[in-house]
Amino acid sequence: MSNTSVSQSKPDNAPKHKVNWGRLEEAERFSELVKLYRQGKLHPDDFRRFRLQHGAYGSRMSDDYSMIRLKLPAGEVYSEQLEKIADLSEQFSIGSAHVSTRQNFQLHWVALEDVSEVLRGLAESGMTTREACGNSVRSIMCSPLAGVCPDEVFDPTPYAVAATKFLLRNPLCQSLPRKFKINFTCCEKHGMARMVDIGLIPQQGEVNGKLQKGFKVFLGGGLGAQSFVGHQLEQFTSEDQLLYTIVAVIRIFDRLGNRDNMARARMRYLVNEMGWEKFQNLVLKERAMIKMLLSVLVKLEVDKTEEPMRKISINSEMPSVPQGYSRWVKSNTFKQKQPGFSCVFLTLESGDVTSTQLRAIAEMAREFTADGQIRNGFTQDMVFRWVRNEDLPRVYSKLLEVGLANPGALTMASVVGCSGTTSCNLALTNSHRLAKEVQRKFIELKIDEDDDLRNSTIKISGCPNSCGQHEIATIGFYGGGGRLGKDMYPLYTMSLGGRSDEDTTLGHTCTKVPAKRVIQTILKIVEIFKSDKKQGETLDLWMRRVIQGNGGPNVKSIDDIKELLKPVVAAPTKDTDGDFYADYGSDGSYHTKTGRGECAA
Amino acid sequence: MCGLSKEKTTRVTVDADKLRSEIRDKSVKVLDIRKEEDYKQGHIPDAINLPLASLLADDSPDKVLQYAQSFGISDETPVVVYDDTFGALASRIAWTLEYIGHEDVSLLDVTYSTWKKLGLEVNSQTPNLVKTNHSLKLKPQILATADYLVPAKEKGAILVDNRERLNYLEQHIPGAINIPYRMLASGQNILRPKEDLRRMIQNRNIRPDSEIITYCGSVGTLSGLGYYALKSLGMQNVKLYVRSFKEWKSLEKPIEQQKDANYWDLSAE
Repeated sequence: MSNTSVSQSKPDNAPKHKVNWGRLEEAERFSELVKLYRQGKLHPDDFRRFRLQHGAYGSRMSDDYSMIRLKLPAGEVYSEQLEKIADLSEQFSIGSAHVSTRQNFQLHWVALEDVSEVLRGLAESGMTTREACGNSVRSIMCSPLAGVCPDEVFDPTPYAVAATKFLLRNPLCQSLPRKFKINFTCCEKHGMARMVDIGLIPQQGEVNGKLQKGFKVFLGGGLGAQSFVGHQLEQFTSEDQLLYTIVAVIRIFDRLGNRDNMARARMRYLVNEMGWEKFQNLVLKERAMIKMLLSVLVKLEVDKTEEPMRKISINSEMPSVPQGYSRWVKSNTFKQKQPGFSCVFLTLESGDVTSTQLRAIAEMAREFTADGQIRNGFTQDMVFRWVRNEDLPRVYSKLLEVGLANPGALTMASVVGCSGTTSCNLALTNSHRLAKEVQRKFIELKIDEDDDLRNSTIKISGCPNSCGQHEIATIGFYGGGGRLGKDMYPLYTMSLGGRSDEDTTLGHTCTKVPAKRVIQTILKIVEIFKSDKKQGETLDLWMRRVIQGNGGPNVKSIDDIKELLKPVVAAPTKDTDGDFYADYGSDGSYHTKTGRGECAA
Repeated sequence: MCGLSKEKTTRVTVDADKLRSEIRDKSVKVLDIRKEEDYKQGHIPDAINLPLASLLADDSPDKVLQYAQSFGISDETPVVVYDDTFGALASRIAWTLEYIGHEDVSLLDVTYSTWKKLGLEVNSQTPNLVKTNHSLKLKPQILATADYLVPAKEKGAILVDNRERLNYLEQHIPGAINIPYRMLASGQNILRPKEDLRRMIQNRNIRPDSEIITYCGSVGTLSGLGYYALKSLGMQNVKLYVRSFKEWKSLEKPIEQQKDANYWDLSAE
């Protein structure tokens, strides 16, 4: 049996991936260990650790299926890689991929026996899942605007890639007390530097009278059942100190992190229990020791070669501008610091994207982006950079054809929702679907066009564990169960006023909101805000004022908001409103059911 | 190759070049399983149209035998089947011919669209057919019925559901494993290279001599492709539950499902 082969000669000057993160032998080993595990020759706990180290979670109520999380350093992905992910999703998953809040793709409901095939396919295209889960250094994030943000001091992307090269598969990081997260960002505004283990913002500083590149380094932040905002290590950390600083922090965490109680094992607890000053001193001392004791000079391999920008062909024929373009261009594009170029943000629903759409996105990156790549963002979104402003109408038309032209990406209408009961063992509610429902409603109501709401965010988690990052949302929710008499219903706890920029604040708990009242509740908050705000004030700033207790005559504090919401969040009896008692996506009555959490494995 | 049988081995797939030379030599009958209107627009030269719907209207062995004879297919005639639906419809027809005892039937390894994309010859002439004789030697060993499944499973047969993952999670025959039909193809070819397929089967700890029964949603098309994927590895003890899950449900037999998870809400469709 020989196969008919078709060689496609597509003219393609799109750049290919530069770093090969994948290892074929890891796919082969995975397949061997699945067989041993199935034959009972490998202890389930040992297998679980191995599986997580290679990016495969168990699925809701079943270890026979995996959620495979890719590791995409800095969120960078190329067209050929997107096409591979599209193929793998169609063949082994559910025909859709999911963009996480940490810039990765996740493939859900993959049979455990096929995980090795997915790893093989990814490795063939230079991608890996290694250390995407488990007690390791997770994918190192970098702002999707890095390199094009008008407010950045310099592009941190090469540092994120270099740090990954050093840490990935490094024995130092194979058995940490718990997962460890590192984020690079472009500037103070496009934040998320203060809510991870190590957050880094580029800055210039003077060392011995010489201007140097370096970073503001924040340590010990993180979201979860108990959340903390990170502390700044020192005024300025020069780039040649970067690697030593990272290694020093990881070594301290490895030595002193709580290995007895998984629920308190993240580094933020260590920092909190020890006290910041003591921790800070430890880090500085450890860093000095590392530098002194090193017999071999270890340096980050930072690739600073300028990316050559491709000439992209501009069609001289001007298309007729499709309906909805101006609304979309306002809410989904961002002017780069390089004149003439824009970034385009794609509004996905809870980060879900079909294989067909991935292929269309890959094709568009080839056609319209001068850097020929795609970056996944921080809010379950995907971003084209280096698009010529003249091409934006054409980009919009193409997005329309594949159902990806929804407006609202950079506004409150774009809602984050973790995977919830669609696949996660710990979830109590279908936060994933709820986020989609809220987003659809808000786009229908044109919430994205309201400048007062633009800077605000809505984020939803299906349990208190913060994967949906609800605590840094202007309006955040986490799922649980409520009860009226004997009847249970899905119920969210709502927090207000969270943010992740230079004024990083964790949201304040306001009240509990039934799942089927979340939309009305948000709309009611908007109504209260509109009647109470000062001229020119945006929702997020009004919220901050209210939380600080400086509210207006009608709404002095967060308790006043709670009082005003009481009629909206009241539970009807099951006889009067049966639907209230069922979660989104289910017909039956609601009950909380969870399995073992693997974050803790 | 694992499990080579003593029977005459038939090629499961045929590549385009081989088929073209056989068409030139007039040593093959080609069946086009697409709808009549599509066939009339153009088809592989000398192909005979047998839309799947026509066959399904009455797929009794006598009727199938009549088709074969009217197409000029004798017991020894090599037959190659193609469609434009990733080989699933062609598989169902091929299996049906095999079931009435026709041994030399193969699938074209690409679809009609790919054939055209390759720039290979097509025309819209209907070939002249000369009736011939074909014997009827039913092969019950490749057919599974609803009653057969449970006892066979108890004796160690492996039940394979070839539908997509979400459909499988929602409901399937108890104990069935899922090999979605999408896993079987690669790039332009309706079936992956043998070494790929073999690895996937080995990953599932399935032995080459296992008895396997494939099924899908309603008429045995996706599972027909599953049947031939396994056959391409030389596995001999493969059966098609041709009436599939539609019949199983209508008989109100037990159904298994992945409970307490809203997996449909992950789909971006």
